[in-house]
Amino acid sequence: MRVFAFSKRNDLEILRDPLNLFFGVGFPIVLLLLLTVIQRNIPVALFEIEHLAPGIVVFGLSFMTLFSATLIAKDRGSSFLQRLYTTPLTAVDFILGYLLPLLPICVAQSAICYGVAVLLGLRATAHIVISVLCTLPVALLFVSLGLLCGSVFTDKQVGGICGALLTNLTAWLSGIWFDLGLVGGAFQKIANLLPFVHAVEMERAVLRGDAAGVFPHIWWVSGYAAAVTVVAVGAFLRQMKRQ
Amino acid sequence: MDAIQTVKLTKKYRDLTAVDALELTVRQGELLSLLGVNGAGKTTTIKMLTGLTRPTSGDAFLNGKSILTDSGAVKAMIAVSPQETAVAPNLTVRENLALMAGVHGFAKAQVKDKVADLSGRFGLGEVADKRAGKLSGGWQRRLSIAMALVSDPKILFLDEPTLGLDVLARSELWGMIRALKGKMTVILTTHYMEEAEALSDRVAIMKSGRLMLTGTPAEIKRHAGTDKFDEAFVRIVKEAAK
Repeated sequence: MRVFAFSKRNDLEILRDPLNLFFGVGFPIVLLLLLTVIQRNIPVALFEIEHLAPGIVVFGLSFMTLFSATLIAKDRGSSFLQRLYTTPLTAVDFILGYLLPLLPICVAQSAICYGVAVLLGLRATAHIVISVLCTLPVALLFVSLGLLCGSVFTDKQVGGICGALLTNLTAWLSGIWFDLGLVGGAFQKIANLLPFVHAVEMERAVLRGDAAGVFPHIWWVSGYAAAVTVVAVGAFLRQMKRQ
Repeated sequence: MDAIQTVKLTKKYRDLTAVDALELTVRQGELLSLLGVNGAGKTTTIKMLTGLTRPTSGDAFLNGKSILTDSGAVKAMIAVSPQETAVAPNLTVRENLALMAGVHGFAKAQVKDKVADLSGRFGLGEVADKRAGKLSGGWQRRLSIAMALVSDPKILFLDEPTLGLDVLARSELWGMIRALKGKMTVILTTHYMEEAEALSDRVAIMKSGRLMLTGTPAEIKRHAGTDKFDEAFVRIVKEAAK
């Protein structure tokens, strides 16, 4: 199938970039290790492993936007995409080819993070498997954001917007590093209107086996993921037509 | 049937007419060079013929198929080697060739055969497992043309295939392009006059979106009254500017 050939290429391009491997896997693991050591020396409930691991998983996924957007923006900037536009690949092939291969990478990244968390003391239960599967809507959100940014910005702009701005937004507005209630006010309201904190809370609920606690967070995350995907597809088709 | 026939093919960008009612015919198996100074409309013409840009008006027929109403059939018979080397940098040479075979829908066994065949024809065997991004400009250009040939196109578009290459790499690539003559129709754009003269069966000269002249290199020189091809090109373009 044509789309698989294109997907495989996108997978290889991402996985063979050492910087992607560092930020995608190495960096979240370093954060897990570092914060676990801090927590052992100065106990903070927020950094207990069952609380911390879901947050790091979501934070790690935010880098997928950078990887995806950089790949697409570079393809657009070079003649590579133009070459492929003259082949029988359809618009659907392009969109699926950019979206789908990143989802298994996201699942693998989450599994590695939870695996390291188990080594650091997280109780190994079936909930971890469900937690990994529940990262899929979060993964789709970040990957679609990548499709959107890659379709709109140049690869240099993508570096600033996805690499710096989005990862910081995810970090600050997700309740991973500090309790949003401590800040309160407009900051907390804005955070609650965005999907990042809901992604973290959903993962935390799944990990502790609290089925009821998954709601309404999963609706926020799924809603954002669906909306961003629709906008991203529109943006990609628009740039395709322009090219 | 002609390989390419354009019928009043026109592309306008707001006030600018990039290609103006182009009437061009390219015969089967011919290598035609499209020449012109920057802004002549060569790239826009190629973009329209390859389905990357829709004409404002007019049409073009590739082996009888309209670029407007039968773009799927047109895509199936063409291939493009863009001006900028369009390869996937983190994929090996072999994987780049396999990618192109895959996106053209070849089965696994055919993909393997295609890769082996093109690696042999283009002398890519020694770099087959090297990442494309690590290759020199000459090797990348070779790979780029090999990638375009994966689908056995009936019409091949080569956009500035030797731009920026040293004399040796250019000479090697000329040999490869010559080897394609007669097997498929080739449309070549180039800024190198000696390249156009050495490789082309016929040359088409464009200026400000209009076709000025078509003919063999010898006919072009005769028309301009000189025995030097580059001088002939300059005279024709200057004459058109008056």
